[in-house]
Amino acid sequence: MPTAAKTGNEAMAEAMRQINPDVVAAYPITPATEIVMIFASFVADGLVDTEYIPVESEHSAMSACVGASAAGARVMTGTSSQGLALMYEILPIASALRLPIIMSDVNRALSGPINIHCDHSDTMAARDFGWIQIFSENAQEAYDNLIQAVRIAEHPKVKLPTMVTTDGFIISHCLEKIEILEDAQAKQFVGERKAEVSLLDVEHPVTLGALDLPDYYFEHKLQVAEAMRQASQHILEIAKEFEQQTGRKYDLIENYKLDDAEIAIVALGSTAGTTKAVVDELRSKGVKAGLLKIRVFRPFPAEALAKALANVAAVAVLDRADSYSAQGGPVYTEISSALYGKTKAPKLINYVYGLGGRDVTIDDIRGVFSDLQKIDKMPTFNYFGVRE
Amino acid sequence: MPEEDISKYLRLDKLPHIWCPGCGNGIVLHAVLRAIGKLQLDQDKVAVVSGIGCSSRSAGYVDFNTLHTTHGRAIAFATGIKLARPDMTVIVLTGDGDCAAIGGNHLIHAARRNIDLTVVVFNNSIYGMTGGQSSPTTQPDDIAATAPYGNLENAFDLCELARASGASYAARSTTFHATQLPLLVEKGIQNKGFSFLDVITACPVYFGRMNKMPEAVDMLKYQRDNARNIKQWSTMTDEEKGGKFVIGELHNKPAPEYTDLYAALRARLKENK
Ligand SMILES: Cc1ncc(C[n+]2csc(CCOP(=O)(O)OP(=O)(O)O)c2C)c(N)n1
Ligand code: SF4
Repeated sequence: MPTAAKTGNEAMAEAMRQINPDVVAAYPITPATEIVMIFASFVADGLVDTEYIPVESEHSAMSACVGASAAGARVMTGTSSQGLALMYEILPIASALRLPIIMSDVNRALSGPINIHCDHSDTMAARDFGWIQIFSENAQEAYDNLIQAVRIAEHPKVKLPTMVTTDGFIISHCLEKIEILEDAQAKQFVGERKAEVSLLDVEHPVTLGALDLPDYYFEHKLQVAEAMRQASQHILEIAKEFEQQTGRKYDLIENYKLDDAEIAIVALGSTAGTTKAVVDELRSKGVKAGLLKIRVFRPFPAEALAKALANVAAVAVLDRADSYSAQGGPVYTEISSALYGKTKAPKLINYVYGLGGRDVTIDDIRGVFSDLQKIDKMPTFNYFGVRE
Repeated sequence: MPEEDISKYLRLDKLPHIWCPGCGNGIVLHAVLRAIGKLQLDQDKVAVVSGIGCSSRSAGYVDFNTLHTTHGRAIAFATGIKLARPDMTVIVLTGDGDCAAIGGNHLIHAARRNIDLTVVVFNNSIYGMTGGQSSPTTQPDDIAATAPYGNLENAFDLCELARASGASYAARSTTFHATQLPLLVEKGIQNKGFSFLDVITACPVYFGRMNKMPEAVDMLKYQRDNARNIKQWSTMTDEEKGGKFVIGELHNKPAPEYTDLYAALRARLKENK
């Protein structure tokens, strides 16, 4: 399989080239700009067949995506932070209309204060809009996830928009060696979109986005919830197929040295990589440390998680977004709900960390593991890396 | 050398600024500060509002009441300030993308209301901050990062847009015309109503490099060679106008101002009680 040195953004742009979507509509925003800019040059150089629309805002970008997807096209976009926030109005419309739009979102802190660096507040605020959300640990995963996202979103039993995220700058701008599918192989893997209904099918005219009052709205929302629940199984099937092509294994979660772990961290995105280094270090000293990385945050893999954590004594959940006086950050609240009532479950604590791009060091992660070794003395809700 | 000492208007501890060598933003900001100095406005009664972009970083460098907001929304934030404090001079510093792309809606509606804001657009025909994508003032055939073989879209004439939307004052100048520029800003601030200033400025780093004007001097020469003052413009044929643009005071027609109308309505309703 060909290898190349790519940043996270370049890796995602490369995946987009191979996916060759029918329509891309986007507006630039740091640190995601490059993805679509590189793609724009592919369009200009005739390397793809895409209609590229340089719209005047993200609100228009997502609206154009909805229109094009409803017309039966395979549609992609990319954004970050404020850009994603400006799309919020349209995101639940995309999922309610069951439009398999595919987005790369480069995680960046929401304003204010104004900031351009990584945290997960943008993606987490979008967690209840009916979008599948897949996090990546590095550029390789960003590429792999985006290719798989096409199949996931368009799966006839799923039909939900899907966002694949990377961590702003940490992944988006770091150069890594990655493996890339052959163009023909990628083309075959993603196939063609077969839309069940299409606005362009004039023989069978349809109405999309109609008023849906108390008589049916609820049923339609239930269908989104049902599709989301169903999606887990199809994400796994598609991952299997991807593994056959690439040898790279994907699941809803990744367990790293977790089987016999006594203490473990749950993390998303690039922090999982940092944690793996510390786990290795602790293991070499005989400490039974492990990591559970969440790859798919929506649909939330509650069962897989509860099972994987059942035999761990103490677990720290790392949240790169705050939920301000909720019972922990967004990942923590999900996990504590997933474990509620289980007879075998670890002691749990929560850390909010890394907001606005605050660096996450090996030392920080060592600190969390050492807290876990005295978990009985720890408060439930904690922060690290912040001045008080 | 400027006559007015504008250093008291700067947050000197926030310098050096982020702008690239040769960027025109400093000249535009300087002109705004000179106009404020000339009018001897009370520093604490001036509010400077900006959006997001290279140009919008200006708000961070000046020592007034400042509000650095989100991309495209500066005029909407400024409208709130002006309604709450009609006694304040409210100045919006914005980019062409900020003001006319993502924030275009706010521009036309604030102009329509003729609310007393002075909007200064740092018009470099490009999204500078995000790396040179085309903006609504990129001319057809200009090169941009999103239009590597030439822009297919038409450009806004921002002064025409503001005037047609209801602005009572609209003027255009360039960073080459550094003596004219502060005078036009000054008149804009003095106008009680929506004042719009389209300032043609240089982004040599993105726009210039992509459009065969890689040096700041090339871009200043472009401004010098292609700007025509309003008097001359009115005598030019359409053919002569091709590729050129008009500068000067393009529109000045005092009209009832929104916060005045609002105050009058309140007074009337109180009387009728
Ligand atoms: C909602 C949103 N979308 C996109 C961005 C990214 N962004 C920041 S500045 C900018 C464009 C700036 O261009 P312009 O307003 O012309 O100002 P300049 O940098 O050229 O001065 C963009 C797209 C953002 N901050 N917020
Ligand atoms: S990118 Fe362009 S507009 Fe921005 S500071 Fe540099 S020269 Fe100025």
